[in-house]
Amino acid sequence: MAHNALIHEPQDDVAVAIVDLKNGDMASAVTLEGQPVGTVRVTEDIPLGHKIAMRDIPAGQQVIKYGRVIGKAVQAIPQGAHVHTHNLKSIRWQ
Amino acid sequence: MTMNNTPLFGYRRENGRVGIRNHVVIIPVDDLSNAAAEGVASLIKGTLALPHPYGRLQFGEDLELTFRTLIGAGRNPNVAAAIVIGIEPNWTDRIVAGIAETGKPVAGFGIERYGDLKTIEMASHKAKEFVQWASERPREPISFGDLTVSAKCGESDTTLGLAANPTVGRLLERLIAQGATAIFGETSEVTGGEDIIAAQAVTPEVGQEFLRVFQAYQDFIIGTGADLFGSQPTQGNIRGGLTTIEEKALGNIQKMGRNKVMSVLQPAEEPKGPGLHFMDSSSAAAEMVTLCAAAGSVVHFFTTGQGNIIGNPIVPVIKICANPITVATMAEHVDVDVSGILRLELTLDQAADTLQSMLARTINGRLTSAEVLRHNEFVLTKLYRSA
Repeated sequence: MAHNALIHEPQDDVAVAIVDLKNGDMASAVTLEGQPVGTVRVTEDIPLGHKIAMRDIPAGQQVIKYGRVIGKAVQAIPQGAHVHTHNLKSIRWQ
Repeated sequence: MTMNNTPLFGYRRENGRVGIRNHVVIIPVDDLSNAAAEGVASLIKGTLALPHPYGRLQFGEDLELTFRTLIGAGRNPNVAAAIVIGIEPNWTDRIVAGIAETGKPVAGFGIERYGDLKTIEMASHKAKEFVQWASERPREPISFGDLTVSAKCGESDTTLGLAANPTVGRLLERLIAQGATAIFGETSEVTGGEDIIAAQAVTPEVGQEFLRVFQAYQDFIIGTGADLFGSQPTQGNIRGGLTTIEEKALGNIQKMGRNKVMSVLQPAEEPKGPGLHFMDSSSAAAEMVTLCAAAGSVVHFFTTGQGNIIGNPIVPVIKICANPITVATMAEHVDVDVSGILRLELTLDQAADTLQSMLARTINGRLTSAEVLRHNEFVLTKLYRSA
């Protein structure tokens, strides 16, 4: 299937939806070089530009994008979930 | 296709700097003088007033920044000649002297003991003379390497880190390889990527200076005790899918490309040499672009995701967007669409080719969307309250 998500680094915890994804859709993530990284079933609607959990992320764990820490999970985030302000917080300016 | 062979034409100013526009500006020293400046601009075709709300009872570093910004606007190579109007002659003359160092025509007028109407009459005679002189300045062959450019993003979303900012980074690599000067900044907005900037500093000393400036801004933000969430990242950033300042920063700094950071500039300070320079600055779009204009940038690369519509009166702002929704719904604001990167229809080098082509057209006279839509935001950075 054609990709509908992009991922900066293959090991990142999150990918970015490049179309509006609906609950139950399969999100197929590739790198910007076109390398397929993985496919997950999304468990809620995820708008274009928003993040998809590529794996289960336990509460309190750092979340990786660009191969770097972008914050920490403030609740357990299951694979396929929408990752945003309700479950991911900055670790700066605290 | 890198468009390197497109002939480019610009204005070589008296001090050797190269501009791509030929404005005659009317600069008010202070809020009180906006009316006279706008009076001249309404009478004399081809003049451009730069009204702003400050210039009275400022002091210390804040006053110095206002002087540097107003002088810098007049010094900008996109400006052929300048008229300065202030309520009194002393600070007016200081700004005139700063602009006159470039060798370009400049004249100052104080309103006290004349009134607005006599001032407008006197300044209009001089403005007419300047406009007719400027209208005969020839466009001469120039190269990309002659330019000072700047870059910042606004109403960012995740498409910037994926596509729009790496496109600018790639083009800045090419321009700097040809001898150009470039400015980026946004001191609070690199939080989470500051170590990457420090690591790209040309010397350990420049890296240390960057980290000192960065930490001072952190201390200021933390010292307010405020929660910046919703301000930085902005509500627009959050709507576009950005969640934390670290995530926003890691997208932001893609604009650097692999260029070395040659120096750390004060707000509105002119770079001393070619290459990429970090300017200590806010991320508020109009403030930051105005500071870049004052530092001598003649064209600005502005990447947006959700659709920041900013422009600048003296610096053409090229708007670059990769968000397909914004490209479709706000097309009149977008100069370069790089959303093909998201669909893997466009490589980064192809996107940089497209942007370079738009840069060449902008140099040669194509008006940017922001110019045509009269986005003339000229906004001074205020460091603290006036006396």
